[in-house]
Amino acid sequence: MNVLLFARARDLMGKDCVEISLPTNATVAELRRALGEAFPALRQLLAHSAIAVGEDYAKDDVIIPPNVDAAVVPPVSGG
Amino acid sequence: MIRLTREPIDYFRLTEAVRRNACGAVVVFLGTVRDLTGNQITVALDYEAYPGMAEKKMTEIEADTRERWPVGDILLEHRLGHLEVGDISVAVAVSCPHRVQAFEACRHAIDRLKELVPIWKKENWADGRTEWVHPGA
Repeated sequence: MNVLLFARARDLMGKDCVEISLPTNATVAELRRALGEAFPALRQLLAHSAIAVGEDYAKDDVIIPPNVDAAVVPPVSGG
Repeated sequence: MIRLTREPIDYFRLTEAVRRNACGAVVVFLGTVRDLTGNQITVALDYEAYPGMAEKKMTEIEADTRERWPVGDILLEHRLGHLEVGDISVAVAVSCPHRVQAFEACRHAIDRLKELVPIWKKENWADGRTEWVHPGA
């Protein structure tokens, strides 16, 4: 699946999207683990970031539906 | 109504747009680019958003605010891109029948926006360094 990256997460990876393979019916917690393993540079920020699935905040126990984008949402600072 | 824009925010237009004959109070909040954070000097900020999700969250905040206060109309607008010191980054305009409601509704909307909407700013410090602002990270 595609995982969108923003702000410092994008700068750390040097791109605005990464691809990651997950089993069917994987949870957000599994996505976090897979991202940390595949991209060590993201680990520290990931621990402080939210995950969005289908453009909404998703807790760790949420099951990721097929064909949606996920995103790493670092702590926000708009306003 | 909500909007993300790369153009300067026209707060006169925003204020006029929420005025209603049934509303005796209009409150407008403007967030502007400040030149000093602690003892560090800011020369500019770059704002970026996760646009689809940001619009979705702003729409939810509008609906939530309308549910909790007797809002005549409400506009939330956030600017993206490169902003200089003094530029307006965000505006919330709310009309209600009475001032207490309008103050509370406006406060609620801007507080929720800052808490929930996926928008980030990057500091451009006077010494040439840049730094994404991620509170707590």
